[in-house]
This record gives sequence, C-alpha cells and structure tokens, in this order.
Amino acid sequence: MRKSISLGVATALTLSVSAFAVAADTIKIAFIDPLSGPFAGTGVNGLHQYEFAAETLVNATGGVLDGDMFEIVAFDNKISPKESLIQLQVAIDQGIRFIAQGNSSGVANALTEAIDKHNRRNPDDRVLFLNYSAVDPALTNDKCNFWHFRFDANADIKMDALTDVMAADDSIKKVYIIGQDYSFGKAVSAAAVRFLGEKRPDIEIVGNELHPIGKVKDFTPYTRKIMAAEADAIITGNWGADMVGLGRSVLENGYTGPLYTYYAAADGITAAFGDAGVGSLKLVAEGQINPPANDRAAAYYEAFKAKYPDGNISQARITNVIEMLAKAINEAGTATDVVPIAYALEGMEHESIWGTSLKMREADHQIIQDVHIHAHTNDGVTFDYDNSGFGLLVDSTVTMAAADSPTSCKMRRP
Amino acid sequence: MDLILVNLIDGLVTGLLLFMLSAGLTLIFSMMGVLNFAHASFYMLGAYFAFQISLYLGFWMGLLIAPLIVGVLGAGVERYGLRRVHQYGHVPELIFTFGLALLIEEVVQFIWGKSQMAYSTPEVLQFTAFSIAGNAIPAYKIFMIFISIAIFIGLLWVLTRTRVGMIIQAALTYPKTVEALGHNVPLIFMGVFGVGTALAGVAGVIAGPVLGTFPGMAFVLGSIVFVTIVIGGLGSLWGALVASLLIGWITTFSKAYNLRMEDLLIALGFEKPDVIWDSPWRDLWSLTSPQIADILPYILMVLILIFRPHGLLGKRDA
Amino acid sequence: MSDQTATAPATRSALLPLAPWVLSALLLLVLPFIFTANSAITIMNQMAITIIFALAYNMLLGQGGMLSFGHAVYAGVGGFACVHIMNMDDFFATIPLPVLPIFGGLMGMGLAMIVGSFSTRKAGTVFAMISLGVGELIAACSVIIVVFFGGEEGISGDRTYGLPTFGVEFLQQIEVYYLIALWLMISAILMYLYSRTPLGRMANAVRDNPERAEFLGYSARWVRFYSFVASGFFAGIAGALFAINYEILTEENLNTTQSGIILLVTFLGGVGFFFGPIIGAIVFTLVQTVLSLQTELWGFYLGLIFVATVMFFPGGLAGLIMMHVPALRLGKLGRLGVPYLKTLGAGAVMALGGAALIEMIFHVRHASSGDHEMVLFWIAFDSHSILPWVIASLAAAVGYFIVRRTAPDLMEAWNDANTPDGGAS
Repeated sequence: MRKSISLGVATALTLSVSAFAVAADTIKIAFIDPLSGPFAGTGVNGLHQYEFAAETLVNATGGVLDGDMFEIVAFDNKISPKESLIQLQVAIDQGIRFIAQGNSSGVANALTEAIDKHNRRNPDDRVLFLNYSAVDPALTNDKCNFWHFRFDANADIKMDALTDVMAADDSIKKVYIIGQDYSFGKAVSAAAVRFLGEKRPDIEIVGNELHPIGKVKDFTPYTRKIMAAEADAIITGNWGADMVGLGRSVLENGYTGPLYTYYAAADGITAAFGDAGVGSLKLVAEGQINPPANDRAAAYYEAFKAKYPDGNISQARITNVIEMLAKAINEAGTATDVVPIAYALEGMEHESIWGTSLKMREADHQIIQDVHIHAHTNDGVTFDYDNSGFGLLVDSTVTMAAADSPTSCKMRRP
Repeated sequence: MDLILVNLIDGLVTGLLLFMLSAGLTLIFSMMGVLNFAHASFYMLGAYFAFQISLYLGFWMGLLIAPLIVGVLGAGVERYGLRRVHQYGHVPELIFTFGLALLIEEVVQFIWGKSQMAYSTPEVLQFTAFSIAGNAIPAYKIFMIFISIAIFIGLLWVLTRTRVGMIIQAALTYPKTVEALGHNVPLIFMGVFGVGTALAGVAGVIAGPVLGTFPGMAFVLGSIVFVTIVIGGLGSLWGALVASLLIGWITTFSKAYNLRMEDLLIALGFEKPDVIWDSPWRDLWSLTSPQIADILPYILMVLILIFRPHGLLGKRDA
Repeated sequence: MSDQTATAPATRSALLPLAPWVLSALLLLVLPFIFTANSAITIMNQMAITIIFALAYNMLLGQGGMLSFGHAVYAGVGGFACVHIMNMDDFFATIPLPVLPIFGGLMGMGLAMIVGSFSTRKAGTVFAMISLGVGELIAACSVIIVVFFGGEEGISGDRTYGLPTFGVEFLQQIEVYYLIALWLMISAILMYLYSRTPLGRMANAVRDNPERAEFLGYSARWVRFYSFVASGFFAGIAGALFAINYEILTEENLNTTQSGIILLVTFLGGVGFFFGPIIGAIVFTLVQTVLSLQTELWGFYLGLIFVATVMFFPGGLAGLIMMHVPALRLGKLGRLGVPYLKTLGAGAVMALGGAALIEMIFHVRHASSGDHEMVLFWIAFDSHSILPWVIASLAAAVGYFIVRRTAPDLMEAWNDANTPDGGAS
C-alpha cells in the first residue's frame, strides 16, 4: 500500500525535478520571493520588473559574453525562510548560479547564511546572492559574507539621508518614531535616535515605540498618543497593511505634519492613500521616477507600462542589479564561476538608468548611491503608481548617501 | 482626562465591531456546536462585495446589498456543505470551516488580486463629528457605533420578543423537542447560519473602509472572534457584548498608555541590572504594554477557561 | 499497521505485521539512489520531518480525540532548543549530531508537561481554545523574547560542529537524509508501539467515551495528559530534525499558520489510521513544494482538495484506501478495475479541463497585457484564442458527462465487490 503511494511520489518527483532541463546559452537568475499569499502583490510586481529589465537591458542588446541571454526563473518562497531554503536547493540543482531575493530581511538572513554554508561545503557549484531589497543593516555588517551583494540602500543609509533633510528643517522640534516590532523596525528606530542625536540634538523624541507586526487591526490608539505628544514629524518603517493602517489613521485624525516613511508607495498603498496623503506623506528611497531623470529612463518606464499596465516600477534598483551583473559577467569572461564575477562586482562603478552613480563598496558589498526624499502627490507626476493619478515626486536628494559610513564587516574572501 | 474619554470612544468602536462578528458566531456556535472558522472570511466577503457594489451604486447600496449576498452564501454553505459534514461529527465540521476559510481567501485573491482595495468611507460622512482636546472623532465612527447598537437592539428584540426568536431559543436547548412540535429545525439552522454570516457581512462592509480591504483581513481578525465568545460565554448575546467591549477597551487602553514592565518590576522590588543589553532578562525589562496589547485577550481567555470554563455570562461549559 | 480493526487469522505468519516496517525501511534506504538530486533529497527530508510531526499530532487528534490549534509550538520550541545547543560550541562538540533530536524531544515534552498540566483537564472545546490561546501567546513571544527566539529573523546554527559520527560530519544533504530517515523509523515505530500499549488503548477509550473510562477506574484527565506529553516529545523530535536540516529556526515554526497546516496535513491523510498522516504529509509536501513550482494557484487547489476531502471522505486519503480492504478480502478487488478506470479516467479529464479553465481565466485576468502566450501541461498556446477555451470546456463537460453516466455502474460494481459471493447482491 505504502509502496504504491511511494511509486506515485516517485513519478511526481522525477517529473518535477527533471522537467527543467538546463538549456544552453541562457544564464539563469533565480527569483526567490513570495508569489502567493499576502505579499504576492509585491513579489509578482518585482518579478515583472526583473523579467522586463533582463529582456530590455540585456537580451535586446545582444546579451552577455557571446550572446548569452538572461532568463529569470521564478520560485515561490511564500515569504517563508524554510520554503526559501528548499527553493534555493531546487535552483542550485537546476544549475542556477545567481539568486535574487528582496522581500523580508528574515528570509534574506536565512538565505545569506545558507548560501555561505553551501559555498563552503560545495566549492564546485557556488552561487551569488543578489539582494535587491532586504535592508537590515546586519546583512552588510556583522552577517556579511563574500557572496552577498546589496543593491538597495540599507536602513541606516536611508535614515542618514532622511535625517540630513530633517535636520535642515527648523520647524521640526518634536519627532515621534513608531515601527513594527521586529529587527527592521528596531533598526529604523535605533538609527533615527542615533542620527537625530548627532545632527539635531535640540530635536526632542517625544515617542519611540514598537507595535506587533501584522496584528494591529486599528491604529487609532497609537494615533491618539502621537497627537497627544504634539509631534511635528513622524518616522515609521512600516510596510504593507501596517503602513496603510497607521498612515490613514493619523491622517484621518487630523495630523498634518510630515509622515516620513520607507515603504508607503505602490502595491495598492499609493491608491489607498490617494488624496489624503498629499502634503504629508514622504518616502525615502533610491531611484528617481518623477521627474524622469533622462529620456532613457522615461522611455524605459513607458515601455514597462505598455507591457504591464497594472504594474509599477516600484523597485528601480532592479535595473541596476541586471546591468551590473551583466557587466560583471562580461568583465569576468565567465557565467559559471562566480568567484571572478564576485570580484568584478566588488568595487564596480556604474551609471544607473535612473540618473545616479553607483558604487558597490568593497568593504561590505553595500551599494552607494543617491538617496531621495519623495513626496506623495498628484502634481507634476509623470508616472503614477497603481494608476491612481498619485505618485512619488523627488523632493530633495542626498548625493552618494553615507559613502563613508563605517561598517563592522570582516569580509573573508576565497 | 480628556484622553481617557477619547480612548473610551475608540475602544467602544473596536468593541462594537467585534460584537457584530461575535454575535452571529455565538448564535451559530451555541446552536450547532460549530466553531465556524470561516466566520471572519464572511466578514471579508462583505467588505469585498460592498467595495465592488460601491464602484457602481455607491456606498449605501453596498451596505444594503452586500450583507444580503453574504447571508445567502452563508445559508448555501450550511445547506450544501455543513449539513453534509454534520453527520460525521463536530471535528470534521470544524475542519470543514477551516478549509473553507482557506478556500475563500484564495478565491478572493483570484478575483480581486492581492493588493489592498481603494475602498473608502462615503463622502457624506467624511467630516469631523466633534473634537475632544484636539482629538478628532470622525463622523464615520459615530455612524459605526449607531449601526452596531441598532443591530444589537434588533437582535435582542427578535430573540426575546418574537415567535421566531422563541423557537430559536428553544431549538438551542431542546432541538429534538422543537422538531417533535412540528418545527423545521434544519431550516432554523440554515436561517441562523445565514443571519449570522450576514451580520459578519455588515461588519465587513462598515469596517472595510477603516481597517482596510485586503486578502489578509480575515486572518488578522480570525481567532480573536472565538476568544470573544469564549470569554463572554457560549450562546450568550449579552456575554458577547460584554466580552467585545472588554476586549475593545483593554487593547485600546494598553496601546494608548505606555505601561512599562520596568516600572512594574522596580515597584515589585527587583533591581534593574546595570548591563541590561547583556542580561538574559533584557526583553522582559524592556517590555511595554503596546507590544503585548493584542495578545492580552488570549491571556484573558486562557485564564477564564482555567478558572471559569463557562465564560463570564455563559450558562454551560465551553 | 493495517490491522487496526482486523483480526488476523491464526494461520498467518507472526512475522507478517513486520512486513510494512521492513519494506518502509528498505524504501527509505534506496530512495536517494532513485532521486539523486539534492533538491529531491531536500524535499524528502521535509517530507520525513512533516511525517513525524503529523504522526505526533495524530496521537492527539486521531487517538486521543483532542483538537489542538497550537501544536507547532512544541515542535518549534524543541527546534529552537537544538539550535541553541548547536551554538554552545564546547558542549555541542562533545555530542554526536544524531543524538541531538533527543534534546529537542525532551524540550517539547517539558513544554507539553507545563501546558498539559492545565489544558488537559477538559477535552473538547476547552482544550482546543486553550491550545489556541497558548499557541498565540508563544508565537507572539517569539518576536518579543529575542534572547531565546531571535526575533523575526530567528536563530541559526551550524550542524557540522558536532562530534563526528563514524567520521561523518553531515556536510552533505544525503548524510542528513539518512539521519532523518533513521529518526523517522525510530519515531514511527515508537509511536506505533505506544498506540498498542494499554495507555494508548485507553486514549482511544477516553476519546470515545470519557465517562465509561472513568467508571473503569481510569482518570480521563491523566490519560489525556500522557498522550499530550508523548505527542509533545515526538513533535519536539520533528522540530529538532528541522533544526538539523535547515540550520535555522524562525517565527514561522511557531505561528498559528504552521499549527493549522499540521492539522490540515493530518486530516487530509486520515486521522482514523496510523498511516494516514504519513500519506497526508507526503501529498501536502508535494503540493506545497512541487505544485507551487508549476502554478501560482496551488493554494486554491489545495483548499479545493481539502474541502472536498472533508465533505466526501471524512476518513481522509487513508480512509479511502482502507475502504477497499473488504473487497480485497473477498478477492473481488479486480472487479472494480474497469469501472474505476472509466469513471476516474473521465474524472481526471474533467479535473484537468477544469484546472485548465481556471488557469486560463487567471492568465487572462492577471498576465501582462500583450502577453497572450501561456504554457499549460507543457504545451504553449495563445490564451486569447478561442480554441484552447473550447478544448478545455469540452474536456470538462465531456468528463463530467461520462462521470455522471458511469457512476451508477461504479456503485453497482462497488456493491458487488463488497458482497460475498452467494449473498444477496
């Protein structure tokens, strides 16, 4: 009885695993992110941006090396570390050498450790980890390794840039910090306290608190505290439903000051805020969308919109990942041995399509780039988000933000 | 003092919303013995249907029509699903609703996608009703309070003053006798299930614009509804009301005031270690009430189950 | 393991009950030679861990009649303890890795003793709700108590720093596979033997009728307590194996989703039979890991399968299989072959057609504009042309039609196969 079941399993396994024959002349990049479940919206949109970038920036221009093409292979990790590790193994078995992941620092932590161990234990099929979105500072500090590259500005860098702008605003006297109770929320809070203390010791931090992640149904009680503290500005690292819940709650209850956020855009959030967010909602991120930095960026965005009318380029850095990887493969002259590719990526300088210079810092594999403070508005927005008429407009820019920030990374190179 | 008043109002809104969900659930639970895990999913369906209707006919038609659709769906689930599973016993029934909750979430994602819907309050109610010490109370919240109280009174009236209510109450305790008297008990079950889910639908319609309409909205609320009816006592409408308000106020107040464990520990005579960041107890010392606000109902429930298994106002064991 | 209800004729060899175990052990030995890919081994590891966990869960649900909504915490806490042991360099270097699961088991058992001391006083809803409350509490603690649970990013360790076992350092997945397979056999045998002990039998009695069990002089409460503690022990072992396989534990090992999944797995497989959860774990892991590579809608299909199972086969997949035992005994199983082939073949066509329709609707609704090409069952086609829709609808409709037509024949064959010859048919 059990035998027959196992036989069925056997066929299923063989089918599933052997269905992927490795085609020649394509360089595969595994995209391991949530494609089902509550965060699938972000994941699917990211996948489209990857596919479009690979198609437009590499394959349409003749590929890399001798005309090798990029192919993005999607793996659904359901935003679970366990599933990510299984999918990582499947990807490695398919001969994939490049792993792209971004949603959730928890998953990134699991992946970077697993990849480090895998590369140590299996020197024959090492892989690279292209982190395009996970911003926990630890990934390029205590937990750094040679195989991990981060293309987003980490939480500290963003806070550094944000506090530069806040420090210049004399009207801000009282700041309220609120975030989700986990590593990233805590990192944002710690960085805000540190940088504000350094740059504007006169600013009073009237509140600094954490709430359970994804569990708060109604943010009104928090809003009351913020209002009672008479804060001039709010800083939050919230994302997803927590961001919408908090933001709408403070705005509906009469808050009019700036609300500095990390992730209050796209994936339905821009549409959910709509008119209410104008004037208050600010967002710190890399990647200038509005006004378009140059004609090439505008054309790229238009082409993307033509292909994915419901999509957004919400993670501009994805183009940087693709372009820099292509450049590194060309420099290294190989797409299979990741060690020279990693060495080529280290220290690489590049001009982004979005009008910023990029530098992959050797010491910790953290990219250095321009960081912008965006405003949520419907005025002067060329490319809106969620087809809502609202979008992000660059308010101010910090060039090559935190280029000389310290790192505790002790890189061990092969 | 003003802030206390504001928080009382906020807690009332949260509590009443919870009550609309738990009222239906407690009726279903006490009558059929089913822990309906999909109850919060009907709440989600209410929000999504109302959103879809509001695109064409406006908010008010959504408020009117969506709960009806949800109620009919609920009755259908009882008729064609639960009734079939009922013969196998209570555990399969419960597991059926559990699977149904999964399925409804998947179907919602299939139809509406995974992002949050831009479902917002009607423009008529987009103004500040009044302010207390600078804290605005939106008119919509007042509207929510009135709707829920109206529903409570209506339900109470139906259950205690009408013939149907009498039959339902009788069927709760002596289903066999009621059947022997010539009443159609399966029909009553179906009706109660339909009304219960329709109530959840109403809650979804009016909560959707405030708490967000997204595929995870059922999950966020999910188990807290059970907690409410267990604390209140199964089958007791008043118990559900008391427990809902209790939970509403407990969570609101523990979020609104930063009670710190540190203060409590020092008051109890413990000494704070100097190098707190290296102490194995550091997480305990840094604990604040907002961090644990949303798990307080669970603690309350476990305590109630241990010391008073029939809940605050219930008459029989859970 | 198939004799839960059967009374074996005395003529059968005494060794026969051992046969399934020997076969399973042999199968576990040779499986890695059939599926050599690392990913296949990783999936099999995941399956084995889920099997142990599901079997442990069924000690409560199936044998004890206790419905728990928070069982993941016992596995999770056991796993967390093991990662902490891995990180205690000096101590870990003195124990061989294969022994580590015992510590996880003890940890799960310890927690189960604490919680069980108050939660097992009553069965039914009280127990279920306490398990839900405790599960939520511990899951919430996982992000608050960073010292032990490491917050949302969890804690990780390195299994290779343990004392080498016969020169094996567990660097490779295949070595871990055999470790897990060994523990799978040990745990499964122990759990099976437990269900045969007087205590295990009493758990059944207490499940079915606590009052009568009390009259016989057994304390229903303590019987439930022992089942609960034993279940916690094996759940802890599953958690420890998870720690060894993935070398990381996070909040997801504790949360209510995980607890819900194990309930789903166990029920899908069938709670009435010892081997039910094994089937459930295998099917579920395949759906979650392999089907999700093929379609985004795997959760939808899983929900459908699950609801259909509860509605039509409350005995789960195992119950479905065991339904055929009477026919097998009568030696008339063969008579079912042709009717089955007809109905199930048509049913498969209907299901595939239906799935194709769902996938095409999904593609048309959610794919990028201009992207009309979709791949289904390894065939690429244009989702906006009429032909695929016609084919899929036709397949679904014709399949449905044939199923409706052949179902009576199947019922007849079924009745015939289950009636001894010479009896009224």
